[in-house]
Amino acid sequence: MSEDSTQPTETLFSVKNRKLLTNPLGPENPINVQVLGICSVLAITVQLQTSLVMAISVVAVMGFANVIISLLRKGIPPRIRIIVQLTVIASLVILVDQLLKAFVYDISRQLSVFVGLIITNCIIMGRLEAFALHNKPWPSFLDGIGNAAGYGWVLLAVGFFRELFGSGTLMGYQAIPGFMYDIGYENNGFMILPPMALITVGIIIWVQRYKDRRLIDIS
Amino acid sequence: MEELVSIFVRSIFIDNMVFAYFLGMCSYLAVSRTVNTSVGLGFAVIFVLGITVPINYLLENFILGRGALVWLAPRFAEVDLSFLTFIMFIAIIAAMVQLVEMIIEKFSPTLYSSLGIFLPLIAVNCAILGGSLFMQERNFANIAEAASFGLGSGVGWFLAIVGIAAIREKIRYSNVPPPLRGLGITFIITGLMGIAFMSFMGIEL
Repeated sequence: MSEDSTQPTETLFSVKNRKLLTNPLGPENPINVQVLGICSVLAITVQLQTSLVMAISVVAVMGFANVIISLLRKGIPPRIRIIVQLTVIASLVILVDQLLKAFVYDISRQLSVFVGLIITNCIIMGRLEAFALHNKPWPSFLDGIGNAAGYGWVLLAVGFFRELFGSGTLMGYQAIPGFMYDIGYENNGFMILPPMALITVGIIIWVQRYKDRRLIDIS
Repeated sequence: MEELVSIFVRSIFIDNMVFAYFLGMCSYLAVSRTVNTSVGLGFAVIFVLGITVPINYLLENFILGRGALVWLAPRFAEVDLSFLTFIMFIAIIAAMVQLVEMIIEKFSPTLYSSLGIFLPLIAVNCAILGGSLFMQERNFANIAEAASFGLGSGVGWFLAIVGIAAIREKIRYSNVPPPLRGLGITFIITGLMGIAFMSFMGIEL
């Protein structure tokens, strides 16, 4: 690849590499802008804790999957690349699943099938196809971590609002002080139900696009 | 028989893939611009779910589960291969999608040309893998129950995507606030449809 030879002295955290890490957090966010990997955002965000564990799992799987595919990129025949990618992702997800079962069993029960569904999370496949197959391991790693972090913050934001308003707690600790309940405040049980996850994400998208007019869908 | 109908109806309305578990949202949002394409994708999903769930049921019960290999030799009674579940399920799904694609191409070129581009997409649709993983979690008694669960989930997904596509075709003429156009409003409509579907929740079958 010509790209490999033309930039031999690029530093680890050059501007270009930092862009890879920071762009997915805002203007190229995988969830709000590219619309990838929505399923898990919605299903496991009832509590902040499960969201956090899920975000960390996705960061780990995505960083390593990008590096592995990037290392193998010259050896993978294009016709069977999808099955190779799925195999790499599935192996990493099995590792994550076993680790979760071993160390945080309760949370792994709550996440149930959604750990397995990281395999079909379209962000991972999408970034492998679009980036890791054509780039060197280090930029691929940054790209993977960046995109997974972009996914993670939306997950945490949705989890934060749903747990705060739905159960009045954060990470399992009481967040709304007791006197609020005395003067008539009540938890909104609706926030715990599935449809409110969709509406919360809809509102996050609304706010983000209101702030950044370039993202508005003109079609 | 009653049991089968009950599982079928439950998985369409009460445990709807999209509204209760948010599975297959990526293609749900991306392909729901027009009713025609969403009908095509919906049928493909019904088809693939109806095939892969029973196959993975057999795989789970005769190869992967704890003691499932007993039919081979009694000394395998303690063998537990369930850690291989993910990789085996996804391999079966990818293979089946490929196979289904080839079969349709051979026997029904018209259906193939209308489903064509969607079939490969389905291998990475979370609804398909999700269907198999839920099947594993619920311990169905026999393969017929697993199959009716697979078909029912597919039909539920079909209803959801055709519904949202129809609404999106209409909403094109509405005056939605600009930042909410496209993705945002689709999310909110899906949420409202989910609330509507929740009214099925109390139904006991």
